[in-house]
Amino acid sequence: MKKDFVIGIFEDEEALIQSAKQLRDKNIEIDDFYTPFPVHGLDELLGIKRSMLPYVTFLAGAFGLALAMGMQVWMSAVDWPVVIGGKPFASIPAFIPVTFELTILFGAHTTVLAFFVINKLWPGKEVQLFDQEQTESKFIIAVDKTKASADEVSSILKSSGALEVKEAQQ
Amino acid sequence: MSAEEHVSALRVPLVTEDRTYKQISDDVLSTLEQKPSKAWIIAFLISASVLGIGFLTVAYQVGTGIGVWGLNKTIGWSWDITNFVFWVGIGHAGTLISAILLIFRQRWRTAINRSAEAMTIFAVACAGIYPLIHAGRPWLLYWIFPYPNTHGDLWVNFRSPLLWDVFAISTYLTVSLVFWYVGLIPDFANIRDRANTWLRKSIYGALSFGWNGSHKAWHHFEVLCLILAGLATPLVLSVHTIVSFDFATSVIPGWHTTIFPPYFVAGAIFSGFGMVLTLLIVARKVMNFENYITESHIEAMCKVVLLTGMMVGLAYGTEFFIAWYSANEYEQYAFINRATGPYWWAYWSMISCNVISPQFFWFKKLRTNMTFIFIISIFVNIGMWFERFVIITTSLHRDFLPSSWAMYSPTWVEVVTFIGTFGLFFTLFFLFIRFLPAIAVAEVKSVYKYARGNK
Repeated sequence: MKKDFVIGIFEDEEALIQSAKQLRDKNIEIDDFYTPFPVHGLDELLGIKRSMLPYVTFLAGAFGLALAMGMQVWMSAVDWPVVIGGKPFASIPAFIPVTFELTILFGAHTTVLAFFVINKLWPGKEVQLFDQEQTESKFIIAVDKTKASADEVSSILKSSGALEVKEAQQ
Repeated sequence: MSAEEHVSALRVPLVTEDRTYKQISDDVLSTLEQKPSKAWIIAFLISASVLGIGFLTVAYQVGTGIGVWGLNKTIGWSWDITNFVFWVGIGHAGTLISAILLIFRQRWRTAINRSAEAMTIFAVACAGIYPLIHAGRPWLLYWIFPYPNTHGDLWVNFRSPLLWDVFAISTYLTVSLVFWYVGLIPDFANIRDRANTWLRKSIYGALSFGWNGSHKAWHHFEVLCLILAGLATPLVLSVHTIVSFDFATSVIPGWHTTIFPPYFVAGAIFSGFGMVLTLLIVARKVMNFENYITESHIEAMCKVVLLTGMMVGLAYGTEFFIAWYSANEYEQYAFINRATGPYWWAYWSMISCNVISPQFFWFKKLRTNMTFIFIISIFVNIGMWFERFVIITTSLHRDFLPSSWAMYSPTWVEVVTFIGTFGLFFTLFFLFIRFLPAIAVAEVKSVYKYARGNK
């Protein structure tokens, strides 16, 4: 389903922030920003929640830890115990390095996968752009047309220094 | 990085010329949009040929067996593991720059993190070759993983540091690769959107995962980078710690010491920065990146080299002191033999390259002189190779029984294999600077206003 947006294109991030602040003062909801690099101070203006990713990392890391320790104890002490250097079958201190590495392995890779899933990014995905230069040098504010009056939004965007204001579908 | 943040006018700017965002992209990405230069083609062909010779040599030793190495009954480990540790160590600077400096909010890292991370991945790939060959039958290498098998489900030995290495190195390689790739995505999107050929647009389009710079995605992106940095920091410390366990958990005098983990980690960072300096001093010149990888970047790296060089020096001294203090004659002999025995030249090469040569970096004049730094960085690389050789070979060659004392020298197979790994490293590095953005464009833009200071 394509949605209609009013978009304003800006030359730098300061103009973008100023304009976004004016929109927010008028209680206009901003759908998203598109910038070539992460611009700080936009989270509040967008009203997004903190990223879920740290929880994913914690759970995946905890899973990796439990799996690694469980696997080593089961393989070395339960399934086929072998005496090696007279050490106990469940040599917990010697199992720490592998446990540590698998905690990191699971934590890191699961978090990256979760990042792709949350943002709906995948290899070869068709890109949707408002402007050809939005990944290089242009800064964009997109407002959902159904949630605000298009005229009001355009006039604020224009008066706050947008290079270009237009309506677009995405 | 709000633009209002105060930057002292006394600070040297991180980017030394005024640029627009578009120009930053032009500066970095134009190299991969133009036809390759003659110099690049020649350099690439040379490294690819060296790689090819290395490959044939590896094929020869796999076909014949590793008896073609110069090992003997006393010295069962030498060049193979020396070179393995050498390459793993080199990788560490990349993760240090991309992860630890990210956590410490060191913004100067943005210009060099991409190439340093690339170096990490390529160096770990070179390191990985050695266990592969050393296994003798590389096609059975999957035996090192605990998988359900038909040998009666006989499992791997989880108490062995060599097995810990398997987990440490595979985690390190894959996590570094993913961290690197995530950082590349916004830059791939930039290349895609400015591409003027269909081929470039579709390749980088596929690689960019449909990235469009949405702030919702950027928010997760920044959290993701911080998490990966937080995970990679203990990871990189653990990797060389575990590599040092290969020696420290044994009972060989000269290896069996608790100082090994921090000593190896400091050495790894030292050698890694040595290699980063070697590569970047040339790359910034050849690729016209002098406005991004500035003199102050190089200077900051020299300071890291100076610091870690002294840490390594302290470790050498501590080892000697503890050998004496332990009152254990075998331990004492191992160290006296290192410094004055038949391998004295290797020991003193190590000391002069690792402890003495970085001391020149106390002087600002010297640590801003590119030719001089380049020479010292080569010394650091050589010195750190010798460190591993000294630790491994001299500890083994005179064991408890004087009748089995022996000497070791490498055969041509070992020498050519080692040169071949340099071929692999440089082949990958040349492909990298040709086909990938060698500077993290989006990251440099994000610190650009800060980087230009009050201007």
